[in-house]
Amino acid sequence: MSGTYLGMPAFPEAAAKSTQDTQLRGNLRHATHTIRAKRAVAVAELEDWPQLRAAGAAVKDRTLRHLDHYLEQLETAVTAAGGVVHWAADAAEANRIVTDLVRATGETEVVKVKSMATQEIGLNEALAEAGIHAYETDLAELIVQLGDDLPSHILVPAIHKNRSEIRDIFTERMGDWGRAAPAGLSDEPADLADAARLHLREKFLRAKVAISGANFMVAETGTLVVLESEGNGRMCLTLPETLISVVGIEKTIPTWQDLEIYLQTLPRSSTAERMNPYTSTWTGTTEGDGPQTFHLVLLDNGRTDTLADTVGRQALRCIRCSACLNVCPVYERAGGHAYGSAYPGPIGAILTPQLRGTASALDASLPYASTLCGACYEVCPVAIDIPEVLVHLRERVVEGGAVTLRGTRAVIKPARGHAAERAAMRAARWTLDHPAALRAGQRLAARTRRLHPARLPGPGRAWSATRELPAVPAESFRDWWQRTRGEGKST
Amino acid sequence: MRVALFVTCVNDMLYPDTGRATVALLERLGVDVDFPPAQTCCGQPQFNTGYRHETEPLVHRYAAAFEGYDYIVTPSGSCVAMVRENYPRIGAKAAAEGRGDNLAEAAASVVPRTYELTEFLVDVLKVTDVGAYFPHTVTYHPTCHGLRVLGLGRRPLALLEKVGGLRLRELEGAEECCGFGGTFAVKNAAVSGAMGADKTRHIAGTGAAAVCTVDNSCLMHIGGTLAREGSPVRPVHIAEILAATEEHPYPMEEVR
Repeated sequence: MSGTYLGMPAFPEAAAKSTQDTQLRGNLRHATHTIRAKRAVAVAELEDWPQLRAAGAAVKDRTLRHLDHYLEQLETAVTAAGGVVHWAADAAEANRIVTDLVRATGETEVVKVKSMATQEIGLNEALAEAGIHAYETDLAELIVQLGDDLPSHILVPAIHKNRSEIRDIFTERMGDWGRAAPAGLSDEPADLADAARLHLREKFLRAKVAISGANFMVAETGTLVVLESEGNGRMCLTLPETLISVVGIEKTIPTWQDLEIYLQTLPRSSTAERMNPYTSTWTGTTEGDGPQTFHLVLLDNGRTDTLADTVGRQALRCIRCSACLNVCPVYERAGGHAYGSAYPGPIGAILTPQLRGTASALDASLPYASTLCGACYEVCPVAIDIPEVLVHLRERVVEGGAVTLRGTRAVIKPARGHAAERAAMRAARWTLDHPAALRAGQRLAARTRRLHPARLPGPGRAWSATRELPAVPAESFRDWWQRTRGEGKST
Repeated sequence: MRVALFVTCVNDMLYPDTGRATVALLERLGVDVDFPPAQTCCGQPQFNTGYRHETEPLVHRYAAAFEGYDYIVTPSGSCVAMVRENYPRIGAKAAAEGRGDNLAEAAASVVPRTYELTEFLVDVLKVTDVGAYFPHTVTYHPTCHGLRVLGLGRRPLALLEKVGGLRLRELEGAEECCGFGGTFAVKNAAVSGAMGADKTRHIAGTGAAAVCTVDNSCLMHIGGTLAREGSPVRPVHIAEILAATEEHPYPMEEVR
């Protein structure tokens, strides 16, 4: 994944810091609660939402089961329509392909419309190393780029910034990247949008090469689909001479008819809109209309390995609506950067450790970045049981086990740093499987209860930092029952 | 009708009052309740932290301890969620790993018989007025597993509404997690603390004298946060409210 996220601390450390940022928490709270309430209303309008949700999951599951077939069908259709298909096994290969394609045009500037996949592989940084400037044109991505920042949300990458912070970024940085912000810019949304429009128009009219992502790829016709709210994406997709689309292989759906499901569920889940404002579709090239050269880079980067895991593969259903982020109480307090990847929030907590593996401390911490409250599963429009996958990945972290790495079955060891916990869990299991030992432990705890410290050392310190510990009662329930009811045989 | 109480490890060790209240309540409603002493823990702490293999003997133990009972009733939504949602998964995975159907059969035998207390009262005993008396203002926090995994819905509220003297106060952001999450509270202490603080702020906003849930584990986190903040609001398990009567009132004034 992106080099820009390399070296980030594990989730608990990053979140401990960001949780203290009251401005960030305020911004996130306001934004997520607003969109959460609107989404609930928009979803409640559809009587067949449960059926749409089930259909969306079923189509994705069926496509993923036969992904080899649909990808070949897609390649054939794209090629027949005048496009060129490239296959990229990992981030390095994808970056190399795109860099070579841009170099071949002789251009040193490209415009981009928001693409999670290129964020995932760190394309902008790879292009910069090759002397190519990539300009983000999605408004929120533009804010992030101008601010030398990283996205913190799937749909609203600058969700962590409020409008006065955005005004300051525009005023200070737009001039370094192109047309400067107008003097005396206010923080009114309309004024901010105007400044961005003027800045971006210059880019659109000059660009010869565009790079995009796609929300869907329709295998039967080789059509790519992008959903966006501003129209900037459509400018990218239609004005330049060359269009390069970088898309994860899991974005494939078999037919146009399947699209009907997601065009209902995605806008309502993400922005609470009944219909998406700009839905653009493109199929290869058309003489005299739009880009005359079209390249599709199909990105694997850990996706087929994820597909090999029968529990974890449901993460590949994701349509990037970000509904799970907007309801997640952990995301709301920790912010998106703490997740250390292009995919923050609950979906990131299950997708990133599958795409990248669980070898780093950050990736091994992500499956624990949840209370398993289940709100993410409840809102997911493709019914990804995120809590189930979180627990499944926790098992991989602490117990190791069989995984698929670059197409080969392998047995991985538990992640480092869990030895003491594992020993404690084993001891607890032994005690809990021997009620007499449990009773002895309870009696000891009860007898010594006046000696228990108010604040705990070791792992318990984190608990007693903000909470009082419960007092151990003089008599356990088990002992009370035996004392008052007698007979029960002890095992 | 043979009914067994699954008191849960947390209640057994830290909140025996909840177990006693559950027994008193069920006996008042004419249920002959038994406590099989071979029971210990449902295995949720181990399973949710990733130690599935450490959970397996506890699934067997649970099934063996409660063999022969028509109903297994517990004052803990999250432990029922563990049994109902995860026991079948644990059994299926063991079978897939080539270790036979033994565990899956044990899981299948307990799933349909395991009931959360308010579910048992409303669905099996078909009662909402349990003759309780609790003359205090109360707010109800629906715990995540009770709300979203078990789908308890209005059952706990329907029971509280019939309690004599009880004034129910609506809780802002009720459906939002309190931040406990088992080992999450230790592994991600900062976020857990921030969530707990928001929950207690909302609880304080209700002006209630007590906050109740169907789970003492969540209540341990909420109550611990309230105590540290010096809040006068008392954390009380719903079983203790439903068990209280005019003759045997809940000791609200007593400092624990």
